[in-house]
Amino acid sequence: MVIIGAGECGGRAALALRDLGYDGPVTLVGDEPHLPYERPPLSKEAMTGEAPAIKAIASDELFAERAIRHIHSVRAVAIDRAAHVVQLSDGSSLPYEKLLLATGSVPRQLPMPGLGGRCVYLRTFNDALAIRAHLRTGNRVAIIGGGFIGLELAASARKLGAAVSVIEAQPRILMRGVPAEIAEVIHKAHEAEGVAIRTGQGLAAIADDGKEVAITLAGGQTIVADLAVIGIGAVPVTVLAAEAGLAIDNGIAVDEQLRTADPDVFAAGDCCSFPLAVYGGRRVRLEAWRNAQEQGALAAKNMLGAGEAHAAVPWFWSDQYGLTLQIAGLSDEGKSTVRRDLDDGAFILFHLAQDGRLVAASGIGPGNAVARDIRLAEMLVARQASPAPEALGSQAVKLKSLLAA
Amino acid sequence: MNDWVEACAAGDIDEEDVMRFDHAGRTFAIYRSPDDEYFATDGLCTHEKVHLADGLVMDDIIECPKHNGRFNYKTGDARGAPVCVNLKTYPVKVDAGKVLIQIG
Repeated sequence: MVIIGAGECGGRAALALRDLGYDGPVTLVGDEPHLPYERPPLSKEAMTGEAPAIKAIASDELFAERAIRHIHSVRAVAIDRAAHVVQLSDGSSLPYEKLLLATGSVPRQLPMPGLGGRCVYLRTFNDALAIRAHLRTGNRVAIIGGGFIGLELAASARKLGAAVSVIEAQPRILMRGVPAEIAEVIHKAHEAEGVAIRTGQGLAAIADDGKEVAITLAGGQTIVADLAVIGIGAVPVTVLAAEAGLAIDNGIAVDEQLRTADPDVFAAGDCCSFPLAVYGGRRVRLEAWRNAQEQGALAAKNMLGAGEAHAAVPWFWSDQYGLTLQIAGLSDEGKSTVRRDLDDGAFILFHLAQDGRLVAASGIGPGNAVARDIRLAEMLVARQASPAPEALGSQAVKLKSLLAA
Repeated sequence: MNDWVEACAAGDIDEEDVMRFDHAGRTFAIYRSPDDEYFATDGLCTHEKVHLADGLVMDDIIECPKHNGRFNYKTGDARGAPVCVNLKTYPVKVDAGKVLIQIG
């Protein structure tokens, strides 16, 4: 068993193969120098913690104990599907019986001239270290892109005392996947913390002399910063699969069992698009930690012949300041919304389809105020339940009671 | 080792639910199972020190509110990624309507 990509997904898949009792060789190949690690802390604790530390998924000892061979700092450069061999960048090759592509995604590049050493992206632990070095009182940080990475970084940068601007081309932050009502709460929290958010602002020019960056907005205004972090989305890493002749459709196209058209090649996590059963097989690609984890585990099962379909409901979260947002399901499936207010200003929006089915729930509040209800909503979505809107909207009705219905 | 501490009244926790209990600088989670038994564990998830009492109880499982790490709250066993370290459990008894835990 060979796994290309040693992130959350690949790492979890390797461990899962052993959990499932597979006792043949397992090789995990990654291009970073580190053990597989959790990426969510990179924009948060890795910035604000006393010392930046990698949160590894498993230790070297555990991999050794479980006979998982982890090859680091090496890329896979080609797949010979006929011969069942992967070529690596160090000149070696790896034969495989089953192959899992867990190649992840990389930051979308800003297609503009003028970018230099003070314009950076965040994907890896090493990227995080480079950014962290600039986050301090007296420094100015410009965040290009009002998505999750950018906003979480903005919150971390403020915590460390930097002056922060966020520039978003869309009319509001978090346009993709987050309802306006919730984005507004996050917007206000940032403004209250002193972040200058400029929405609806395209970029006219960037000039980076290696010491500071001047960002000119379409409206003519110029923002000067010591560091610009670009967070405008991610693109799946598909080159290896494409060159091997596998279909690409907004990611490496796999079926509900995470298998490509080649029965011996699977793909999972950020790099793949797959049919989401809960929405009638709608093809999606998810960039989310839990999805990477779940699909890594499912791919491992199916590499061993389980033939199990992916059935999970998408779920993700974001932490900014004291607020946590959680979303279960894809809210764009909804036609109408029911709001449930919880204690401490927390609230949940339930997204209902035309036929009354609960298709998603989005919640925000201090700490983990919405976690339990979002988890229950996720179960209701998975069951394709159609709870009464009045029940969803009333804090007096326990969501758990709807699950029993 | 005989230090039983009163955590709450038995009626303070719904069936199949959990409550946070802080005592002497430590934090615990007290559970009432669907069959009306009481249990106690450490209050923080072994993955990222999140309060488990904000999580969801289903049957004999507590799920961390942050990353869905799962534990059997009766035994403390970790039930899959991302949690791999078991949760410490504590003896519990109900006496005269009070839930007591032995925190030793």
